Amino acid sequence: MWDWNYALSVLPELLRALRVTVLATVGGFAVACIAGLMLAIVVRSRWKPLSWAARAFVEFVRSTPLLVQVFFLYYSLPMIAGISLSAFAVGIIGLGLHYSTYMSEVYRSGIEAVSKGQWEAATALNFTKARTWLSVILPQAIPPIIPVMGNYLIVMFKETPILSAITLVEMLLAAKNIVSVSWRVFEPYTLVGVLFLLISYPASLLIRRLEVRMNRQRGA
Amino acid sequence: MVELAPLLLEGAGITIQVAVLSWLLMLPIATAAGLARLSKFAAVRAVTVVYVEVFRGTSLLVQLFWLYFALPFVGVELPKLAAGVLAIALNYGAYGSEIVRSSIQAVPKGQWEAAVALNMTPWQRMSRVIFPQAFVRMLPPFGNLSIELLKSTSLVYFITLSDLTYQAMVLRNNYVSMTPQIWATLLVIYFALAGIVTLGFKLLERRLQAGR
Repeated sequence: MWDWNYALSVLPELLRALRVTVLATVGGFAVACIAGLMLAIVVRSRWKPLSWAARAFVEFVRSTPLLVQVFFLYYSLPMIAGISLSAFAVGIIGLGLHYSTYMSEVYRSGIEAVSKGQWEAATALNFTKARTWLSVILPQAIPPIIPVMGNYLIVMFKETPILSAITLVEMLLAAKNIVSVSWRVFEPYTLVGVLFLLISYPASLLIRRLEVRMNRQRGA
Repeated sequence: MVELAPLLLEGAGITIQVAVLSWLLMLPIATAAGLARLSKFAAVRAVTVVYVEVFRGTSLLVQLFWLYFALPFVGVELPKLAAGVLAIALNYGAYGSEIVRSSIQAVPKGQWEAAVALNMTPWQRMSRVIFPQAFVRMLPPFGNLSIELLKSTSLVYFITLSDLTYQAMVLRNNYVSMTPQIWATLLVIYFALAGIVTLGFKLLERRLQAGR
């Protein structure tokens, strides 16, 4: 039932696609980190309409499927804005924007955990807004949330197969392509699952350890 | 836009069907796995850990492909709907089990001790003292999980189950000029469905919190 020769013969192709999977994950994560931070800051804006708009965006994007958002971006952007992006670019933007809404909540928790005195001290020192954020608030808000951000990195890694829908040849689509030639289904799809597990499980263990270590440091 | 409605409604019916069925199947799986993680038998715990880590560690879409495309190869052929429901329920059951486990562990130790002191059997202790208290803690995270589950039903599009996303794709191929409107409408429909789920959980939470 399981043919090792066949499995080994398709492995190089899958590993090549794994590179695309990882690149899309890292790219999406970068977008999510930056856009998420901007959302978190904008939500705190004192100008209410802006804050509401950001909140509505977060709520809407979080409650709708990534697959549909990616379809929207991939098929509608060329018609609305006249820009036609590659599947890879749309994949990174779609994945990144979707998870930026989750990430903004993570940032929010980190920012809210910074004590009020820090804001007051920055005001008392006559710091500008930018300087307050960059040299007082964020350096204290971000380290405690790194493990949670790491968890989202893993979640995003596991969501990349969705991007196969817009013809991005990541691992799952690579397996599908192999299957369409060889008609042997079992090994490629199983290998994709195994590869995902081999990466995401150790990664999640690492993050758990990081979390424990950071909690201990804070306790000390 | 009117000509889009019948197909989208049909798709919404399938989406709701998949969501409700997989949600109903997910709950017992999550509860059983969550309780099994706390079992005093190491073998039971080990099996559960493997289940949870495998389903959380590989992605849902891969699991769906595996159940629908790879499993027939070894003689198990599932209909589309069954494969979709099973994949989603098993995947979210794994995530849900962690909610069940952590909520049970969050019940104060004194409650366990009190139940022991009252000479309750382990079953009575769990069903009358611990679980009801843990249940209230589970609601908010299960609300979020249910939204994620609803969103994930769009993945059955990949196995050509004619849900909302699939129907929208059919419509897009017929009315290419309306592409942006079709996807935007689809997003709004999913948003509305998610809103109903959120509302349901809010009502349930309020109901259960009333006596506290």
